[in-house]
Amino acid sequence: MTPPYTRPTTSPKDMTELETGGRDPERASVAERTDGAQARVIAPAKGRTIALRDLNAYYGDTHAVRGVSLDYAANQVTAMIGPSGCGKSTLVRCINRMHEEVPGARAEGQVTLDDIDIYGDGVDPTSVRRVVGMVFQKPNPFPTMSIFDNVAAGIRLSGTRGVDLRERVEWALACAGLWDEVRDRLGAPGVGLSGGQQQRLCIARTIAVEPEVILMDEPCSALDPIATLRIEDLIQDLKERYTIVIVTHNMQQAARVADTTAFMLNGELIEHAPTEKIFSQPADTRTEEYVTGKFG
Amino acid sequence: MSAGLPAVAGRRRNADRAARAGLLVLTLVALVPLVLIVFELLSKGLGAWSWTFFTTDPTGRFLGDPGGIRSAIIGSIVMVAIATAIAVPIGIGVALYLVEYGKSSRFADVVRYFVDVMTGVPSVVFGLFVYIVLVVSQIGGTFAGWKGSVALALLMLPVVTRSGEVVLNLVPDGLREAALALGAPRWRVVARIVLPTALPGLTTGSLLAVARAAGETAPLLFTVAFVNGLSLDPSARMNSLPLQIFNDVGQAQDRLVQRAWGAALTLVVLILLVTLLARFIQKRSRLA
Repeated sequence: MTPPYTRPTTSPKDMTELETGGRDPERASVAERTDGAQARVIAPAKGRTIALRDLNAYYGDTHAVRGVSLDYAANQVTAMIGPSGCGKSTLVRCINRMHEEVPGARAEGQVTLDDIDIYGDGVDPTSVRRVVGMVFQKPNPFPTMSIFDNVAAGIRLSGTRGVDLRERVEWALACAGLWDEVRDRLGAPGVGLSGGQQQRLCIARTIAVEPEVILMDEPCSALDPIATLRIEDLIQDLKERYTIVIVTHNMQQAARVADTTAFMLNGELIEHAPTEKIFSQPADTRTEEYVTGKFG
Repeated sequence: MSAGLPAVAGRRRNADRAARAGLLVLTLVALVPLVLIVFELLSKGLGAWSWTFFTTDPTGRFLGDPGGIRSAIIGSIVMVAIATAIAVPIGIGVALYLVEYGKSSRFADVVRYFVDVMTGVPSVVFGLFVYIVLVVSQIGGTFAGWKGSVALALLMLPVVTRSGEVVLNLVPDGLREAALALGAPRWRVVARIVLPTALPGLTTGSLLAVARAAGETAPLLFTVAFVNGLSLDPSARMNSLPLQIFNDVGQAQDRLVQRAWGAALTLVVLILLVTLLARFIQKRSRLA
């Protein structure tokens, strides 16, 4: 029984690449945007390809993710759908090694970003998280910090030097579609914004550290429909530059934003296919039953 | 009307009234000693207050001017300040370990248990402990202000640790996760996110520990001893408000007893100020 993949070795060179990102640092400036609403703020760039191979995740004795192998294409939005407790959030948290922060949790198997094994020996989880950003279900701006400091937090917290904070914060807020709303009150507390603005602030905070992959764990479930639509539009813009994985309970949302959709059930991956196929002619009867609302 | 919901039964209404009245009486009973203490303190203590009461040291003479309580106020402040400087960093350090690193490990549970036990240890035991370890052994002389501070610090430590643990647990895990997901190492998450978020609560807990320590007599009795004169040197004997009260109240002369009441009122007012400050900071906390 030979594995269908070869395990790439993690050489120091790969580690350096993970740290620096190794992609062209060109960003469109905010000045371009102020010319007119049509101007692009988010300059296209290549996101990373993610490959999961035989991934298993546990909470103590609970086997939450069971042998999942899955490829996420670069610069695509992939939605993870499935009933509550099916392991989709856990799976996503394995991609930036946040899963292991839960006491008693562990993951086995392989996750690669392009060719770098993020569970390889000697890989620092913090360097993985700088490349793979995450947006959480509940907007969670840091309560002691201003809007500006919230966006700058990632750069400061990761100890990155030589960044023009002012320019980077402005750019990240513009990418998140929040700049025009907060440009006059960057010093105000981040928690003073509305829920939808807070979530876009959290997206700006994630973007500001220049990741290449963005994981979103039900980013709209605490938001109203209008704020949700804004985030969904934003996701369409962001995929020009990032590879995006979004966990969602909302099948309409998956249909609206995702290029491909993966359906999970009881910790197993049932089906991963282009979104139209999942919703119109799924290959598996369980997928069909779920998307037509027979259970879930 | 006939289709309406039934009215509250008379028996239930009476039971409710009786229970409310009972609870009100119990509350009033609990207030009686509190009101009496405050009344006694004000009526007997205010008479002793004067400008010279706060600006002169006790003379120790049996005849003539007995002096005020300046050395006692300053001695108390110095000793409690040193105790705070010892207990607060250690206490918050222990709380950080328990919440951020120890979590539910066996060792952390043992530490938590001992902190709880320490909270219940009578203050006289801390005084005796320091007496045996630092005074009898004559480390740096016999009685000294800093030895009293050590005894007070031991008393404050469990209070700071326990309140610190509660406050740090109030910091939402979502904030820690958000910071970790940005690629921050754990120590930076603690230093830049957890501590600033918890700071008002940690300050409040520390101030309440200060208020508790300031009024303690027993830990100072065998560690600092009593002295009349003003001393700013913690390596020598120092005066303190609780010991001044303890000494004066047993004297046969009315004016010395009067001074004890004045000192007691001073102590209560100082503690009240610290407590009010603690409440004020707590109100401004973002964790609430």
